[in-house]
Amino acid sequence: MRHRGLAALTVGALALGVAACGGSANGETSSSDAGGKLSGTIKLDGSSTVAPLSEAAAEMFQADNPGVRVTVGTSGTGGGFEKFCNAETDISDASRQIEADEVDACKKAGIAYEEVQVANDGLSVVVNKANDWVTCLTVPQLRKIWEKGSKLDNWNQVDASFPDKELELFGPGTDSGTFDYFTGAVNGEEGNSRTDYQATEDDNVTVQGVAGSEGGLGYFGLSYYEQNQDKLKVVQVDGGSGCVTPSKETVQDGSYKPLSRPLFVYPSDKALARPEVQAFTKFYLDNAERIAAQALFVPLTADQEAASRQKVDSLAKG
Amino acid sequence: MSISQGGEAAATAGTARVRAVLAVKPRWGERAVLGSLVLCALLSVATTVAIVVALLEPTIAFFRHVSPIEFLTTTEWSPLFSDPEFGVLPLLSATLVLTAIALCVALPFGLGSAIYLSEYASPRTRGLVKPTLEVLAGIPTVVFGFFALTFLTPLLQDVWFLPGDPPGVFNALSAGLVMGVMIIPTVASLAEDAMAAVPHDMRAGSFALGATKLSTTVRVVVPAALSGIVAAFILGVSRAIGETMIVTIASGGTPNLSFDPAEAMQTMTAFIAAAGIGDQPTGSVGYQTIFAVGTTLFAITFLMNMLSVRIVRRYREVYE
Amino acid sequence: MSDLAGPNPAPEGLYAQPARAAEVLGRQRLRERAKNALFRGLLLFSLLLGVVALVVLLADVLDRGLGHVWQVVTSFPSGLPARAGAQSAIMGTIWLMALVALFTIPVGVGAAVYLEEYADRSRRWNRLIEVNIQNLAAVPSIVYGILGLGFLVRGFVGLGQTLLAGALTLSLLVLPTVIIASREALRSVPDSIRHGSLALGATPWQTTWRQVLPAAIPGIATGTILGLSRAIGEAAPLILLGALTFVTFNPEGLNSAFTALPIQIFNWISRPQDEFKLLAAGAILVLLVILLSMNAFAIWMRSRYQKRW
Repeated sequence: MRHRGLAALTVGALALGVAACGGSANGETSSSDAGGKLSGTIKLDGSSTVAPLSEAAAEMFQADNPGVRVTVGTSGTGGGFEKFCNAETDISDASRQIEADEVDACKKAGIAYEEVQVANDGLSVVVNKANDWVTCLTVPQLRKIWEKGSKLDNWNQVDASFPDKELELFGPGTDSGTFDYFTGAVNGEEGNSRTDYQATEDDNVTVQGVAGSEGGLGYFGLSYYEQNQDKLKVVQVDGGSGCVTPSKETVQDGSYKPLSRPLFVYPSDKALARPEVQAFTKFYLDNAERIAAQALFVPLTADQEAASRQKVDSLAKG
Repeated sequence: MSISQGGEAAATAGTARVRAVLAVKPRWGERAVLGSLVLCALLSVATTVAIVVALLEPTIAFFRHVSPIEFLTTTEWSPLFSDPEFGVLPLLSATLVLTAIALCVALPFGLGSAIYLSEYASPRTRGLVKPTLEVLAGIPTVVFGFFALTFLTPLLQDVWFLPGDPPGVFNALSAGLVMGVMIIPTVASLAEDAMAAVPHDMRAGSFALGATKLSTTVRVVVPAALSGIVAAFILGVSRAIGETMIVTIASGGTPNLSFDPAEAMQTMTAFIAAAGIGDQPTGSVGYQTIFAVGTTLFAITFLMNMLSVRIVRRYREVYE
Repeated sequence: MSDLAGPNPAPEGLYAQPARAAEVLGRQRLRERAKNALFRGLLLFSLLLGVVALVVLLADVLDRGLGHVWQVVTSFPSGLPARAGAQSAIMGTIWLMALVALFTIPVGVGAAVYLEEYADRSRRWNRLIEVNIQNLAAVPSIVYGILGLGFLVRGFVGLGQTLLAGALTLSLLVLPTVIIASREALRSVPDSIRHGSLALGATPWQTTWRQVLPAAIPGIATGTILGLSRAIGEAAPLILLGALTFVTFNPEGLNSAFTALPIQIFNWISRPQDEFKLLAAGAILVLLVILLSMNAFAIWMRSRYQKRW
């Protein structure tokens, strides 16, 4: 039958076309070492907050070492650790520290690792641009707004001098490392938070929510504020020693507290035994400043960098 | 095999005919074909078994920690906060509200489009419009979600005229309406195919008796195609219940036991998505809640489908 | 009119007053025409809603993304919006769709043929399979992701986080839709066709293969379009399986690491920089083009085999 022939031809053409397109960023189709001494594949997975950092590192590293393939996934900090302790990834991205169950899982699988800090972030508290009554909030005030069981729904309940405006809260959902860190720092316990705020996994949506609501208040990483300064106003935070605006400097010197947080990667000992992974991790730390700048985070201080380097060295040797 | 045997057996169009043929002279080719076809059908069973197995263990572990009564009757859902509450009712009500809104759009408009395309449109129009609708089905649900959030919600806020608060940034109405529009092609395409397959003799006979096009369509064509139309509806409902991205993005992540569509609410699927792609350590109670909610969803759709299969069977009309 | 009372009885009621009768019937005809016109108008309105929604969406996406399509197609992912593209995701999506079609069409149609042509409907086992398939159509896509992770990537089949595992998971997701649509297509083929074929001495399989299936191709094509349309836009199950968000090479085989367009789109939309949102619009356009080409092929098949009885 003539249409069978035509169908077969189409399928064949499609298959050929697809097979012919096995290109890559560097024009390499195999992992031979033409163009760079190193070759191999490095797998990262984990927090979607830390992913932009790892992606920036991967991109820059691959430009110098075209023989190496670096891939980054975003299964979440928990999902990343699960794969990491299952020996499916080489390095785990994390926006929080590894937890007890995960430590056990890795131990059972015989995987040793180190906690390597690669950047800093400042969690920013933002309000609507038209909000002209608040410039600074103390941690106790933030706690009053956000703690579990809080029923505050008006700005004048936060401080008597504030006007009578409805308080609308936006923030990340419970699965976000940002949520964990904020609740831990402000309310004293991770996960301790009121439940009736507008939660979302996408910080851009929080931006939109606060920008669209006169009495809106939200929190997320510094980069989302810096990219939306035309729509939002950032609130200074008083951690006990005066009101501080989040910025690269105040996060690095520690004065923006308690909402400065470290961001980590966890390489495994087995992975570090491979030359390309070692080179990549070294590259990550050598270029920490450039990488943080591209990913819109706050870079490490000299001390933090030295500490991280030491950890990597000890893991590689031990 | 005689013609009368064929005629009689064909009345059930089933095993009787096959057995009659195979009994006369076993054809191994036929048996092989039958075998491979059975395998294909069994794959669907294997999938369900696999899903049940994947869901079951963590669900059982969860219910050892939280009693099913508490799960089904508590009115607050905050399992991942530090003082967790495990009542699934807010998620259930949200799924119901959103599905209802979506179906109010998808079923009438889908069926209406299908009827127009099948009975009234010229072949050229049909050839142009049907693929256009199908493109609508291919737009990633992420895009629909953001469309609801950034375009429809502000629009609704501006034109709100009903009593009560206007919708906030997240609300069920935007998500439901957009979800309905997304499902229209599914319903329309299948229903239209069903109506196109109704033999033309039936329409001709109806016209010959003096019926108008309206009567013919409503009283002859639609009932004849009912099985296909109901299948289209059921597929639409299934899509609505199982939709994840649109509701996550446009209806929000705050569980809320309410039937007011202007409010934000989190459906079962939105919860599974948010928690599943998130940071829960494997084996923790938080992780297990994903499976518990998943099992609940599975059970509800199963019951609903059993009911609808029974209804379809009763009302299906067979012509010829 | 009452029962006939003999040859040519005198006309009764309205029929005895021709002038008035004409007036009443005329009004009735007008009412009928108005009803018909109203009905037709309502139907057209229903149709237009979907079309208008699509046009509005497309206009928005085109406006934002058209200028960026070239960059999206030719570059690979990057942290810098000026350099970023999605070629790896485009190739990943194309490979995935090809594999999904290859798997779901034979298996889906096979299952539908079994259920419609061979199975004894009165047995409980077959009814259970029916309900089962409809149930699977409602399972949220992320549960298929969990399934894929548990059985295809790890565990029983153990394929690892590869293209093949992703394609198989998506195939399972799409299979119920294809089966349901194919069943309806098979049901709509009149039994007289089958009877005729059997009467002429053909075996059940010959009847199915040469008569029933070709007649059912339009419906099967529709089901395939609907299924693939859904698969092309799914991100959540793939992320769970291990599709990555940052891959700088095209898939190299069934065992390759991979990414897909919906994942890249979702990733870009969630970035703080506004330029990424424009790139996301460009990627959406590319996705729609791929979808349209798939659909065009299926539609061609459909119109070629369309029969009106």
